[in-house]
Parts: sequence; C-alpha cells; structure tokens
Amino acid sequence: MAKRNAPGPLEYLRRWQMQAWLAAVFIFLYAPLIALMAFSFNDSRRNIVWKGFTLKYYEKALNNDGLIEAFGNSLTIAAVSTVLSVALGAMIALALWRFRFPGKPAVDGALALPIVVPEICMGVAMLVFFAKVLPWPQGLGWPLNLGAIIIAHVSFSFPFVAVVVRARMSSFNREMEEAARDLGAGEFRTIRDVILPHMAPSLVAGALLAFTLSLDDFVITFFTAGPDTVTFPVKVYSMVRFSVTPEVNAASTILIVLTVILTAVALKLQGSSAATAGHGGEKS
Amino acid sequence: MEQSWKQAKAVFAAALGPPLFWLVLFFLVPLAIVWAYSFGHNDGLTDIAITGTFKNYARAIEPLYLKIFIKSAWVAAITTGLCLVIGFPVALAITFASDKAKTWLLLLIMLPFWTNLLIRTYALIAVLRTEGYVNMGLEWLWKGGGTLAALLGLQPLGDFQPLELLHNNFAVILGLIYVHLPFMVLPLYSALDRLDKSLLEASLDLGAGHMRTLFKIVVPLALPGIASGVLITFIPALGAYLTPDLLGGPDSQMIANVIERQFKRANDWPFGAAMSFLLMYMTFIAIAIQAVLSRKTPEAK
Repeated sequence: MAKRNAPGPLEYLRRWQMQAWLAAVFIFLYAPLIALMAFSFNDSRRNIVWKGFTLKYYEKALNNDGLIEAFGNSLTIAAVSTVLSVALGAMIALALWRFRFPGKPAVDGALALPIVVPEICMGVAMLVFFAKVLPWPQGLGWPLNLGAIIIAHVSFSFPFVAVVVRARMSSFNREMEEAARDLGAGEFRTIRDVILPHMAPSLVAGALLAFTLSLDDFVITFFTAGPDTVTFPVKVYSMVRFSVTPEVNAASTILIVLTVILTAVALKLQGSSAATAGHGGEKS
Repeated sequence: MEQSWKQAKAVFAAALGPPLFWLVLFFLVPLAIVWAYSFGHNDGLTDIAITGTFKNYARAIEPLYLKIFIKSAWVAAITTGLCLVIGFPVALAITFASDKAKTWLLLLIMLPFWTNLLIRTYALIAVLRTEGYVNMGLEWLWKGGGTLAALLGLQPLGDFQPLELLHNNFAVILGLIYVHLPFMVLPLYSALDRLDKSLLEASLDLGAGHMRTLFKIVVPLALPGIASGVLITFIPALGAYLTPDLLGGPDSQMIANVIERQFKRANDWPFGAAMSFLLMYMTFIAIAIQAVLSRKTPEAK
C-alpha cells in the first residue's frame, strides 16, 4: 500500500463522500428531535428565537393534570399489556415450536396477521368490536376503565413477542428436554428448569418490544379510547392539533429521555442475561 | 423433531389454548365483523344491516376515492424509493464499518425508531411551519443577502416570504421518509452483512469500478434484503394515518384518513369497512408480490 492511511477498497466508512452522506442522514434524523428538546428550555412563548434558559414549561407540563393522567394511563396500559403479551406470546411460541398438529399453518398465518395488517384496519376493527360486541362498561374505576385499550394492545403486541421467542427457541437443543425427562422431570419441571432458562433472553427482548409498541401506539388507541381514557400520545395529538407550544416540547422531552433510558437498560439486561443463559446451559 | 400433539394433549391445550382464544376473540372476530359490515348498509342511526351488497365496494372505486387509492400508493412508492436511495449508502457504510463503529451506527439508526411516532411528527412540524427553524434560517440568509445587495448597490431584495413547507404533499413525503428510514436501513444492513465480502474484493481486483461492483455484484446479491426493506417500508407508508393527518393539507389525504372519517365523523361504517378491506387486500398483494420475487432468487430462504 502506498499510503498507510489511504482507505482500503472496502472501507467505505472512511471515504469522505460516505461520511458526508451519513452525516447528512443523521442530521436529518436527529436535528428535529434535538431542536425540540433544546427549545423546551427556551424562555419564549413563540418558541423560535432563543431567549434564555427556563424550566417553567416543565413545571407547567408537570402541573397539567390532564397530561399527567394521560401519562399514567399510558404507563399502566403498557405495563399490563406487556405482562399479558409476554405470557401469551411465550405460550404460543412454545406450542408452535414443540408440537406438530393439524391446522398448524393456519395458526401460523393467523398469528402473522396482526403484524402485517395496517394499523388503521386494526383500529377500526377494535372500534367496531368494542362498540357492538363487547361494549366496555362506562364509569369503571381506574385501572379497569383501561381494559379495552389493554386488550387491543395485547392483540397487536403478543404476535411480536411470539416471533422473538420462536427465533430464540430454534437454537434450543431438543436433546436437553429429552434428557430432563429421562432423568425423571415432569412436564412442568422440564418447562420451568430447562426450557424457560433458555427462553429468558427472548422474554426480556419481547417484553421491551411489547412495552415500546404499547407506549408508542397512537392509531389503534385513538380508535379504542373513550373520553375518560386518554393516553399520552392521544393527549399530545389533541394538543398538537391546536398549536406548537413549549409545554408539549417539555412533555415530549420527558418521554424521549424515558425511552432512551429504558432502551439502554434493556440492552444492558439483554446482554447480560443472554450471557448468563449460555453459561447456565453449560453448567447443568 | 417436533412432537405430535397427541403425545401430550394437556400441555398442548394449555400452551396453545389461551393465546389462540385471544387471537380469535380479540383479533379475528373484530376483523370478521368489519368484513361483514363491508357488505351492508346503514339501517337507521345505529344499526347496520348486512345484506350482501357490493354497493360499498362500487362506491370505493368511484373516481373520487379511486384517486385517493392511487395517490396513496404513489406517495408510498415515492417514499419507499427515496428511503431506498437514502438508506442504501447508510446500510453499506454500516456493513463495512469497524465493529465498534457498527454498534454505534446501528444504535443511532434505531434510536429514533424507539421514539414515539407522534413526537417525531411533532418535531417535524416545529421545523417546517412558517415560523419554524427552516424558514428562520432562510430568512436569516435572505436578510444577509439583502445587506450584501445593498452594499453592492443592487436592487433591495424586498421582504422575506416564508416558504409554505407544511400542509402539502411535500411535507407528507418528507414526514413518511423521516419516520420510515430505519425500517429500510435495518433489513438492508442485515442482507448486506451476510454478503461474502471476497466477491466484492474479487470484482474490484479484476478491475471493475466501485459503481460497477455495486450494481453488478452487491445489488443482485442483496436483492432479497432490498425486497424485504421495500416491503417493510411500503406497507406502513401505504396505511399511514398520522403523517398525512398532521403534515398534509386538504389535498394530501391518504386512504387511512378517509377510513377514519367514515368511522369517526361521517358515520358510514359499511363504506369505511369496505375501504379498510381494500387497503388490506392491497397490503396482501404487496406481500404476495414480494414472496414471489424472493422465491425466484436462489439466496432467499
């Protein structure tokens, strides 16, 4: 090589054209979000010229009861639907992985449907279902009034969990299960002591996915939510329709920071649990 | 080897029963009702009579609505094409980055993906509106240009007219690209990452230029990944509701906005149901085309 520092033929990342392209893409992806976060600290109602640092919009957002309630609703819905989705997703993944049975392709196809069906179609299906078939009782106390939204969220999250868990189970050595059974473990013990530990990393990943999907969902919730069951995205939607305000910026910043922290924690957890699951397998 | 369900009926029923019950009751039944409604008509204020009529479908392909269908497909196609052009070099750069840089770049691509869709759309509104950051920057440049013109003794430039960047088709496409770019980059990356890099080196060694290598070697080999990236971007873009609703103007409605109006305001559920199912059929056709295409390429599994 003539020059030590000349980029190799395949080191595309070291070519300046590529670096410029990447920089432009990342500016495109991040500039709006960073501007949004920065201007949540801006001491100006018009929110366009920097006037000085303030936290007053955070105070306002945190004192906005409607916003806080919506936020609480969103977190509750996400938490409950995550638990249900992980349970249902793991069960169906286990059944599809372990058994052959008549009608399996049909179950497979039906399970893929919630992933591919456009959100709006699922939204109207939920609207019709809860209007005509299962009218959700009005005036239930919190958190029961969120039931309809939780059901809708579980319906679109648990197939995603099933996909993640099935991918993980394909690396499971079936002889381990047979060995457990030969050594006298019953069905329940085999599942608890042999299969679940192998599944664990995918359960964490699936839970994270279900939680984010639920927290992020607007369209399906929009069609399922009643006037007293407003979630954070639905609330922000109604605020955004009127105007761009620093208060919405502040609320959004809180949610962005929360998501970033959550993702970081999950990535860390996933990494370590994946590692320990591998070691656990060797030890037993 | 998979076990036959007859060997452990209790476990089989316990594992498959509840999720299948949920899937049928809370997903398939609602869809079936919408499907049934699409063959009905409003009977009084709240009742819907299912009569097996095709009137709703006939209405959906009237020129007014057909135009919206074509426009939605067109907008989704432009979005997908631009995502591919923008995303391909990004995926290529990530593929050939060092391991450490790779992790960071992937994280940077995925992070907006984890951020709430509504917040991202809202961030774009703040950038694009008439008193938004883009117009502010342009105004600043304009004023600078005006001062320069005055210094040079030229005609003054006049007052700055802010560009109308919001509430039009441009904003919708920009918004859709903004939201869907990660959907494109990730499948592209996973396809490119599996390429045998020695093939590329061989091509370059044998004298083909980078562009020729790209189009003759990389693109054909990565075709299944490109196809799945296109599909994964096209489907949500076709059914997009929020982006055209918030960023679009009166003429940039897409199918989802029409469906929403039938259910929430116009109260014509049967017609909305027919539109929903037409959208769903379009989605399935797109998936079928992709499945056929990827079967042709031997690499696809």
